[in-house]
Amino acid sequence: MALALQTFATVKDANAALKAVGTRYLGGGTLVVRAANEGDVSVSSLVRSTDPAQSAIAVAGGKARIGASVTMAAIARHPGLAILAKAARAVGGPAIRNMATVGGNLFAPAPYGDFAVALLALDATVGTEDGELPIETFLPGRDGSRAIVTSVSFTLPKADGFRFLKVSRVKPKSVSVLSIAAILEQAADGTVSSARIALGCMADRPMRARAAERALKGKSLDQNGIAAALTAASEGIAPITDPIASAWYRAEVLPVHLGRLLLT
Amino acid sequence: MAKVPVQFTLNGSEKAEFIDSGTTLLNALRDKIGDTSPKGGCHQGTCGACSVIIDGELRLSCLTLAETCNGTTITTTSGLSESGVLHPLQRAFLDTFATQCGFCTPGMIMAAKVLLDHTPNPSRDEVVEALSGNICRCTGYEPIIQAVLTAARANSQNAA
Repeated sequence: MALALQTFATVKDANAALKAVGTRYLGGGTLVVRAANEGDVSVSSLVRSTDPAQSAIAVAGGKARIGASVTMAAIARHPGLAILAKAARAVGGPAIRNMATVGGNLFAPAPYGDFAVALLALDATVGTEDGELPIETFLPGRDGSRAIVTSVSFTLPKADGFRFLKVSRVKPKSVSVLSIAAILEQAADGTVSSARIALGCMADRPMRARAAERALKGKSLDQNGIAAALTAASEGIAPITDPIASAWYRAEVLPVHLGRLLLT
Repeated sequence: MAKVPVQFTLNGSEKAEFIDSGTTLLNALRDKIGDTSPKGGCHQGTCGACSVIIDGELRLSCLTLAETCNGTTITTTSGLSESGVLHPLQRAFLDTFATQCGFCTPGMIMAAKVLLDHTPNPSRDEVVEALSGNICRCTGYEPIIQAVLTAARANSQNAA
């Protein structure tokens, strides 16, 4: 099916055009052009914005703001975002990383969206034409959202505070069996003072492992200390089933990989 | 469907076309311009057979709309040879039997070219990583990896 693309200099104008029925926003194309190629007839026209702010990365004072059109490749090579390079490189092969955007990744259904898992662990704020909202609020409502995402912002974690793991069948690139991102802070005695853990493929979109986070608090990061968190990690999950792995398999291996991540 | 003008440099030649809005670069190259070196495999961004180089970056032409390429410089495999002399990567693919059915070959060569442009002497792991977005159902990948390493060695010998 043929598509019509409209290009606007400002996000505001693109957002107005996006209100038309059958219109989708074109970021890197890895989701929406793919859908059109696949025969999704609900997509009849596309809009995009060439606003330079959409492609800007700003890192200062321990904070980062990434424009929605910034690609995974640009994140992976940015010296100020080195701590997130592993998560950015987890997305697709080199060509996909040159196209896939941070804004688009927020909308990627499981088993995609590995970078959004990292953003959820980072407690990112999603900027849209309608304002800013926490990623935990944004993700549940993303399918009905008609406001163009303009940026994601977050506080950069300490150098050793962010952990990310993508599990796939084919190395170095394949879709996720699951992905895990964690922000861990430890007290002087080594026990966990705070934990944010996000999971990919454990639902149709990234989710928090809140029970595991609670179980980790005050515990040390050793085999005994994390045992309760590993048991609790499965609470509330509803893993996807796809040709890569069944829901049962994903649920079975989640504690194994979470354990490896925590003991790294 | 509205026609839109598109201008870009393809393999060193200026191209100016009117295309249907929403046409993928892959379709524009193959059906409009007549460069059939990028192959249409999955059309989903999975197989890499349609890979081209746009402004120095590896991209998937099946997921790129042609009108977004206005003003860019595009390289496809058909633009690599000069005056009838194969590019070292093309020669290496032939010499190391890295081509069987040949469908993945143009995409593989494009991915390898970007790698060698930035990393003239890559490790085997770097080659594997660079080719990780490209699927081959014939060769088992090893001859392809060897072809890229062979081309890299040839480049370094020429430079020495």
